[in-house]
Amino acid sequence: MTAYIIRRLIMAVIVLIIVTLIVFFVIRLLPGDPLIIFLGQQATQGAITEETLQALRVQYGLDKPILVQYGNWMWGILRGDLGESIYYHEDVGKLMGERFPVTLHLGLVALVLSNALGIALGIVAAVRRGTWIDSVVTVLAYIGVTVPVFWLGILLIYTFGLTLGWLPIAGYTSPFDDFWLSTKQVIMPIFCLSLPGLAGSARVMRSSMLEITRQDYIRTAWSKGLRERAVIFKHALKNSLIPMVTLMGIGVGIIFGGAVLIETVFAVPGVGRLLVTSIFAYDYVVIQSGTLVIATIIILTNVIVDISYGWLDPRIRFG
Amino acid sequence: MVEEQSTSLEFQEVAPRVSEWRRFWRVFLQRKIVLFGLVILGILVLTAIFADFLAPYDPYTGVLTDSLEAPSSQYWLGTDIQGRDTMSRLIFGARTALLVGFVTTGVAAAAGIILGLIAGYFGGVTSMVIMRIMDALMGFPMILLALLISSVLGAGIQNVIIALAVAMLPGYARVMNGLTLSLRENDYILAGRAMGATDMRTMLRHILPNALAPMIVLVTMQLGTLILAEAGLSFLGIGIKPPGAAWGAMVNDGYRYLTYNPVLSFAPGLAIMIVVFAFQLVGDGLRDALDPRLRGLL
Repeated sequence: MTAYIIRRLIMAVIVLIIVTLIVFFVIRLLPGDPLIIFLGQQATQGAITEETLQALRVQYGLDKPILVQYGNWMWGILRGDLGESIYYHEDVGKLMGERFPVTLHLGLVALVLSNALGIALGIVAAVRRGTWIDSVVTVLAYIGVTVPVFWLGILLIYTFGLTLGWLPIAGYTSPFDDFWLSTKQVIMPIFCLSLPGLAGSARVMRSSMLEITRQDYIRTAWSKGLRERAVIFKHALKNSLIPMVTLMGIGVGIIFGGAVLIETVFAVPGVGRLLVTSIFAYDYVVIQSGTLVIATIIILTNVIVDISYGWLDPRIRFG
Repeated sequence: MVEEQSTSLEFQEVAPRVSEWRRFWRVFLQRKIVLFGLVILGILVLTAIFADFLAPYDPYTGVLTDSLEAPSSQYWLGTDIQGRDTMSRLIFGARTALLVGFVTTGVAAAAGIILGLIAGYFGGVTSMVIMRIMDALMGFPMILLALLISSVLGAGIQNVIIALAVAMLPGYARVMNGLTLSLRENDYILAGRAMGATDMRTMLRHILPNALAPMIVLVTMQLGTLILAEAGLSFLGIGIKPPGAAWGAMVNDGYRYLTYNPVLSFAPGLAIMIVVFAFQLVGDGLRDALDPRLRGLL
């Protein structure tokens, strides 16, 4: 097991290095000089002398060879310095620090909700296969994977925000400042964020449960006279949850991807919105550090998923 | 003479052999819901092809005096801020969605299959290099990676296709890699090698055809995801240049005038959902018809 964990961690480090290379070099291909775009906000281009431009270039390290720039960036990240935003004129670490808790709040609640509900619905659909409950869950699962989340958000805003006036249509308040307002504000974004994951969980859980309940040991459990509750929850549930672990890893990616769209729709000041703004502002410092942080989280989650998978199912770690 | 007769008798007793194709079509078309999906897709393809004849108005230039009209007998779904007919833009949007969907899938699947096949067949360092790069690409949420790439490449439908293809690629490569790894252990591969088959021949003639069924299923099921991702990108403002019509962008345009005419935003979103739904249905149907063992895996 230790060897498996070490092997998996080394692989993760290699993958992370490749991620930094991709992020760094893809962004260097951005059209236009980031400095010009940044200066364009303050003064007309003609007013800036070549010297000022050169001085700024030196200040941001843009005059050095590209490999040196990469080295500097990496060295900074290893020391916890994510660089300074060109657009916001602020430390990227600080920018991320302000926005990350917001995305985390929405994302964690959505992740827990989508998995818990998805698993429950999946079990019910599998156990009551062919009944109306199964049909309802299947239809819900289809809707969940096919609905464009940003559109669902707009639909909700129109219905519950504009027409009924029950919920605020945009914004975010920390639950520590005003819990009631915060909850009202996050209901719709969290619903949108969790729906695709919920649908996925329900589908996988249903087929996994159906697969397991066909096994011999389940038949044994039935034939020795156990009640349905014991068969399903004590015997079938444990093994049918294994595929859900993998889905958890994918779920984190879905949440961050969804955050990009949902935070834009509901004007939530989270990491997703920060990245979208930065991409349109060509703020490469924020983009490269922000995407790196997200990719790191996703890759580390997958390492944990793989390790727990190996722990849950010995066939994997010896395979 | 006697012997010959008994052979023919035996022959008649054997049940007529059903061809694979026949079996495939029977299972595929058996379920009404799959047929329903096929019909929707058929309508969609026809709409995209004959958009010029079907659209009642010019989708790109509107009548400014008819700006933000409510749905009426003249404009079935109303008009946008520039007085352009929503129905016509919706029809032309089908073209964008299908073009991006099919071309991207083609590019991504071809590249992914080749990379996965090479990595799985040769193993070792080759596999290490290819698959770790794929892992790294998978570390990004798909929409974020596509956003990143298309912001670098700029606006335009071909850049969206490239961006989405890169984002979709690792998924195909990973599945193909897994398939190759298991197929390569088969005895017929060993037999082929013993008969002197080259690496190229083994990969293309022996492994690829056997991996095709699950790959086709995967590709079809991912088409819906892809159209969703394209819609997401164009919703964020990346993609086809204005005045081109894309459903995601139309949802966003309509969002600003939600209180005037919600249909502007609702209609294109519904179109996205119906199309993704149809692809999902057909994908599920294909999976069950081609390889029922994949149920639950894909």
